[in-house]
Amino acid sequence: MGMLISLRDWIDARFPMTKMWEEHLSKYYAPKNFNFWYYFGSLALLVLVIQIISGIFLTMNFKPDAEHAFASVEYIMRDVEWGWLIRYIHSTGASAFFIVVYLHMFRGLLYGSYKGPRELIWIFGMLIYLALMAEAFFGYLLPWGQMSYWGAQVIISLFGAIPVIGDDLALWIRGDFVISDATLNRFFAMHVIAVPLVLLILVVVHILALHEVGSNNPDGVEIKKNKNENGIPKDGIPFHPYYTVKDIVGVVVFLMFFSIVVFFVPEGGGYFMEPPNFEPADPLKTPAHIAPVWYFTPYYAILRAVTIDLGPLSAKFLGVILMGAAVVILFFLPWLDRSPVKSIRYRGPVYKFMLGAFVVAFVVLGWLGTQAPTEGKTMLAQLFTAVYFAFFLLMPIYTKLDRTKPVPDRVTG
Amino acid sequence: MKKQLLAILLLAAPALVFAAGGDVHLDRANIDPSNKESLQRGARTFVNYCMSCHSAKYQRYIRLGRDLGISDEDVIENLMFTGEKIGDHMDVAITKEDAKMYFGAAPPDLTLVARVRGIDWLYTYMRSFYLDDSRPFGVNNKVFPNVGMPHVLWELQGWQEAVYKTETDAEGHEHKVLEGLELVEPGSQSPAEYDRTVRDLVNFLAYMGEPVKQERQALGIKVLLFLLVFFIFAYLLKKEYWKDVH
Repeated sequence: MGMLISLRDWIDARFPMTKMWEEHLSKYYAPKNFNFWYYFGSLALLVLVIQIISGIFLTMNFKPDAEHAFASVEYIMRDVEWGWLIRYIHSTGASAFFIVVYLHMFRGLLYGSYKGPRELIWIFGMLIYLALMAEAFFGYLLPWGQMSYWGAQVIISLFGAIPVIGDDLALWIRGDFVISDATLNRFFAMHVIAVPLVLLILVVVHILALHEVGSNNPDGVEIKKNKNENGIPKDGIPFHPYYTVKDIVGVVVFLMFFSIVVFFVPEGGGYFMEPPNFEPADPLKTPAHIAPVWYFTPYYAILRAVTIDLGPLSAKFLGVILMGAAVVILFFLPWLDRSPVKSIRYRGPVYKFMLGAFVVAFVVLGWLGTQAPTEGKTMLAQLFTAVYFAFFLLMPIYTKLDRTKPVPDRVTG
Repeated sequence: MKKQLLAILLLAAPALVFAAGGDVHLDRANIDPSNKESLQRGARTFVNYCMSCHSAKYQRYIRLGRDLGISDEDVIENLMFTGEKIGDHMDVAITKEDAKMYFGAAPPDLTLVARVRGIDWLYTYMRSFYLDDSRPFGVNNKVFPNVGMPHVLWELQGWQEAVYKTETDAEGHEHKVLEGLELVEPGSQSPAEYDRTVRDLVNFLAYMGEPVKQERQALGIKVLLFLLVFFIFAYLLKKEYWKDVH
């Protein structure tokens, strides 16, 4: 024991080990009233680790070559020891990542976690979300199935819709006139090193910003305003051990759901792994119905909702703009929300209704994005696209006008 | 709060109108992946009838034998005809170019076909060939109209003919609509026997699509049981620590 302590002191004299441990864990005071919605941050971190580790093992056997990619995935599924498990963990992890992140972001909407002084945490979080979308997009091409190929074809062609530079831009992204071996190789590089590096750095920055201002909570009360004589927030408890042991419970429950998918329904009903993707990519054979993976479908539905040309601007280009706007507008949330309170507990009926409408719009758009378009479905997509944007664009008005309840000084448990 | 919830649900109502609808009717395959004999019969049908044209190039003979409970010798004797090695993939001799010339489209590799099409589709497809003089091989298919494939199992099933009914559309035009199929010339198997042959074949195709499926599910139960025990301890640990948080 004495030796261990002197080792610790030896390191502490050279590296801020104990200091970091205390700052971020044992003396980081988090509000004691975290509820269900507060599991998803640590779960997102867990899924990131799962994806990196399973990804490393996949990389050992995958061949980023248009001739061999599909066969190498089947090789992993059949001949590599535990390869099927590693692959299902990775494919399930991709969807799990988005589920967890969407719930994590929804928590922000529920309790106003993006509001001052946490605007930067929200913005770094949004950048993580963007990086995650890029990571998923690049990764989905790699198995080189029909949906990989044609899904990427559709998304890259969106860049082609940009006036003047579009065609050259799409060519530059593909590295060829069609999606080909060159595209697969560069997507592999992006997926296994470029984007993961960015993701990791952003996650560190996200957490550093969080630990600087401190966590929000379901009451939206700043616990740092009420400190005891030792300077410790009265409503705060050390993250370690309290939230580490609590998060372990969350992790186990999450792993149960995760395992049910991995071991019993790895295709996720055709949403996590799409049936056409078990057919090798064929540049000469377009699938009857191309749909992106479920986590992109709300935006895909918004893209397709635009059906009219505006002067020289094609409907497709306007759709691309609208789709981009649907993501970018989230960045401005901290400044669109003018409510004096953070948490939904003290907000008025208008915000509650608008948030509910937003959730319905997001889910319905997500479903519409998986469907082949019909006249009725396109109209529906237009309606819910309007609801989606109304939530954000009208926010400065309705959050200001809405009734609010008085916020207590201390958290209510 | 209740009123808002209702209002939100009403908002989603138009979406539900479109949620219904479906494609061609498919019969249920009702396969039993744990039935080794069914899988073995399916494997035999596959190598005898399908593998003249279709490959299963991600599946190895040796794996097939071990998973289906067939000894290596029996695999070589009964399932391998062209002098491959037991560790080889189940490839075909026919080249893609030749196949394309014969059939108009190269017969697809079938290793993963059950995961692409689904078992019910395969089960219905293999039972839905009918005589049609306008097609190169004299047969068409109800599930896959104008498919290039001949009715390879005709000796077993015999020949079916299409039964049409006449429907009048909204503009008063009459259309002949395919209503069902009728056996006009019996094969060597009765309809019930033929259904079983196809069911076994589909069972085998489903196995090939994911040879590890049985192992995966068995392991899944153990993992979930472990997590359940882990949960109890994790929960008790959390409860113990949180006793002093008020």
